[in-house]
Parts: sequence; C-alpha cells; structure tokens
Amino acid sequence: MSCIEQLKYKLYLERTSFKEAREYIEKNSEEVYYVDPGYKIFKDYYIIGVPPVAMGVRGNEMLFTYVKPCHGTFVMGMDSEEEIARLRKNEAEKIKKSLKKGGEKGKAESKPAPIRYSDIWKK
Amino acid sequence: MSEGKKALLVMGCPEVPVQMSMVIYLAHKLKKSGWDVTVAGTNAAVKLLLAADPESYYVQKTVDLDKLIADVVEKKVDFDICFAFMHSDAGMTYGATFCAISKARLFAVVFGKNAEALGESIDYPAEKIVAKATHNPIPLKNKIDKVAI
Repeated sequence: MSCIEQLKYKLYLERTSFKEAREYIEKNSEEVYYVDPGYKIFKDYYIIGVPPVAMGVRGNEMLFTYVKPCHGTFVMGMDSEEEIARLRKNEAEKIKKSLKKGGEKGKAESKPAPIRYSDIWKK
Repeated sequence: MSEGKKALLVMGCPEVPVQMSMVIYLAHKLKKSGWDVTVAGTNAAVKLLLAADPESYYVQKTVDLDKLIADVVEKKVDFDICFAFMHSDAGMTYGATFCAISKARLFAVVFGKNAEALGESIDYPAEKIVAKATHNPIPLKNKIDKVAI
C-alpha cells in the first residue's frame, strides 16, 4: 500500500473507469498537465494509467488518478504546493525539450537562404 | 533459446477464478521452457498463489505489484516478456502502465464476462489473448497455448 492512503485527501470519484476519471480531471481543473505512467508523486506513489495521464491543479489542490486492481479508478485531491510546483516545472522542462528538438530539426531541415536574387539561378 | 530470459506475469484482481489457474499453468509452462519467471500481484492475489503452491513447485518468485512498478520505473529491474492478466478496466490500466514503463514484449491476457469489449478497448501496443472465460479455463488455456514466444 502506498503512503497516499495515509495522507489527507479528498475523493471526487470512486470506482470508476480510467477514462471517466481523466475526463473529470480535465473538466474540473484550472490547469491540466499530462504525465507518463510511472510519474512519481508523494515520494512513493507511481501513477498508474493509460496515456495521456491527466493531472489537475485547482487552487492549492492537485487532482490525480489512483488505480486499485480490485476497486477501479479514483480521483483524489490533495493540497500540495510542492507537488504542484514540481508538476509545473516538469511541464516547463518538457516544453523546453520540445523547443530544442524543434530548433535542431529546423536547423537540419532548413537551407541557407540565397543572399541575392541572382544567386537563386546559380548552380 | 529462452534460457535465462525473464518473464513477468502480472495478476489483476483475483476475483475471477480462471486467473489463478492460468497464472500457475503459464508460470510452469514458461519455467519448463527455460524462462526465469516472476509473478506480481496484490497482497491478496499473491497469498492465493502461495497457498495453492506452498512448496513453490510452480512459482518460485512473487513480488508485490506496487513495489515491482516502482522498481521498473527506477530501472532496477525489467523483463523480456510480460503477460498482464485483466478482466476489468483497472487491469487494462495496469497493462497500459507496463506498456509505458517496461521494454518487455507485452501480452494482454483478457478474460471474464466482458472480455471481448475489454479487449477492444486496449489501444496500446500489446498482443491480445482474449477469451470469454470465468470458471472454465480451457478457452483461455487454448489461446495461451497458441502463443509463439
């Protein structure tokens, strides 16, 4: 059992499907972030899920899915500025990475522009 | 060919009887073919397995499912093949997680009353073994026997 169940949490959906839980988070959060399955929260809980795994932020509360094999999926909410900050940082790093990739790809694919009009016809 | 290669069997909720029967069957079959087999499950599922096989004749290695997920994510362990047993949305979700975190070739073993619909809902890369089986393991066993590993 993860330590999550011993922390102070609120339950918003119980024993539902993962898809419904994801939709709940998407509809009821001020900010939505997507993480990969296995993303670690609260020191020892690794998120179980079908990608894209939605995580929500609503005020100081983080909304996330919690899956138990015999009971289905739950949507939990916990106050944690630390986890929310980590989620935002994670997203910022993802954007930075994708921009870098795009930049390198753009460099590789783009040809230097001809300097003068007449250069276009030069072989 | 499979000597020393690692196989993982992931048990879902143990409420459908065919699961335990097929886990023991498949673990034994893989072991006889030279695979190093580990079976993961919830506390209840592992207890059921250990009670049925007290001298570890069929299954030598068991592990808690949450602990195993942590170890795979932290790259402490991984497998060559993985059979994820599932009869519910939660089981299907665990299968998706293994698909994302492990490099293993994934087999989704889908059974239970809603096996066909559940099988169709799997949209991650997995080889599907689907049989509408709850009490009678034979339809599922026949499908498992056809899998070429």
